[in-house]
Amino acid sequence: MDIAFVIEKFVLVAIIFGISLVIAMYSTYAERKVAAFLQDRLGPDRAGPAGMFQPLADGLKMFMKEEIIPTNASKWLFMIGPGLAMLTACIGTAVIPWGSAITVGDRVIPLQVTDINVGILYIFGVVSLGVYGVMIGGWASNNKYSLLSAIRAASQNISYEIAMGLSIIALLLVTGSMSLKEIVEGQHGWHWNVLYQPVGFILFMVCAFAETNRAPFDLPECETELIGGYHTEYSSMKLGFYLFAEYINMFVSAAVMATLYFGGYNYPGMDWVLANTGPVIGPLIGVGVFFIKIFAFIFFFMWVRWTIPRFRYDQLMHLGWKVLIPLAIANIVVTSVVIAVIEGF
Amino acid sequence: MEPLTSKKKVLEQKPLTLAERMYLPAIAKGMAITISHFFKKEATIRYPEVEREFSTNFRGMHSLKRDEEGKERCTACGLCALSCPAEAITMIAAERKPEEKDLYREEKYASVYEINMLRCIFCGLCEEACPKEAIYLDGPIVPADYLRKDFIYGKDKLVEQPLNKK
Repeated sequence: MDIAFVIEKFVLVAIIFGISLVIAMYSTYAERKVAAFLQDRLGPDRAGPAGMFQPLADGLKMFMKEEIIPTNASKWLFMIGPGLAMLTACIGTAVIPWGSAITVGDRVIPLQVTDINVGILYIFGVVSLGVYGVMIGGWASNNKYSLLSAIRAASQNISYEIAMGLSIIALLLVTGSMSLKEIVEGQHGWHWNVLYQPVGFILFMVCAFAETNRAPFDLPECETELIGGYHTEYSSMKLGFYLFAEYINMFVSAAVMATLYFGGYNYPGMDWVLANTGPVIGPLIGVGVFFIKIFAFIFFFMWVRWTIPRFRYDQLMHLGWKVLIPLAIANIVVTSVVIAVIEGF
Repeated sequence: MEPLTSKKKVLEQKPLTLAERMYLPAIAKGMAITISHFFKKEATIRYPEVEREFSTNFRGMHSLKRDEEGKERCTACGLCALSCPAEAITMIAAERKPEEKDLYREEKYASVYEINMLRCIFCGLCEEACPKEAIYLDGPIVPADYLRKDFIYGKDKLVEQPLNKK
């Protein structure tokens, strides 16, 4: 391992970390703007041109707020909670391939922090860790509402992880690999997995909404029932971390969906573009395409949030266990039969 | 009892059809509605910069009028104060001195004329009561303030600017 390798990875990690934070920051702004436009309003427009500095003002406000730790809270866990939520949200980006490799001189720089051969399992592990931040924070607050919310979050995540895992199995049958890099490479041009796995994609997307605690599955923080949910007792930047982690999670799951089902950095006509723009600009165009897909998914997340009312808790469980899981299993069976038939003849 | 109208409609709860149980068609319909609003013109008026247009008979802040030569029309007859249902108007009358002939139209004028804007209900009865056409509620919205005493508007705020003042 040479020093250049370490520097290269370090720079890549820093860039990705920075990008995901900036995107999360501006997601809060985008969320308010999208909500406003969908409701025939204007949204924030006072701080800077078209309200562009609103996230900075919000961040500053979060930092300046008084920090309150309840007397009866479990102090250390109370502090660990938001940090853990933030950490697990951020490390998910490590295995996502952002673009095909850039060639500078004779050096090939892959635009992926690490290509582990079980990338999907890594993503699953990280996503399921994400609920610990919520659970620990909710429990440590020593507040009934927070605790209820934490329990809800935990059971919701467990329920939907099963359906998510099953919907992925059908995808693995099609791609034959668990490495995200290979899955993306397999979707060259327009051969996106969503064309082969439409049902699997819908299942995965519904589960992704549930895993990120976004509407219509934002039961852990439903105001009408649980005040603020698991972050009722939180204030200042700890609250900011929780809110921020939600947006990073949204970004990561948008990236994962784009990678698994919408071809990542592949787009129709990419061969021609790659051949004509050289080894640096070409892959970067792919990265741009990938980010366009991610932003489209983030917009979709917001669009859904401001359209669909929240599910009731029993409906959520009903949907998870009695609809999504059987559907996912049926999807696996149908996919494997079709693959067997195609390979048999 | 006999039903009075034929509008009664018995609702019966049918079990959901497959399409309804799938949620997805209804969700797609809802999302189509929201996205159509995305492209509609927003209803917001950016208030401090843009103001909503008032109707022509809007009653706002009072103004004490001057005549064509710039003399104050009010003669402190007290009819406005008498007609005011909220008792918001008080005034003190004074006699015009010969050298003040250009300032006041008649021999008697209001040396103090105060309207308590917190009492005023903007009914416009003072306007109707005035025999000299001296008071009109044709101003803007009364602005907010911090202290109660600042809402008692005197002549400095109520009297119209002189005509010849450039």
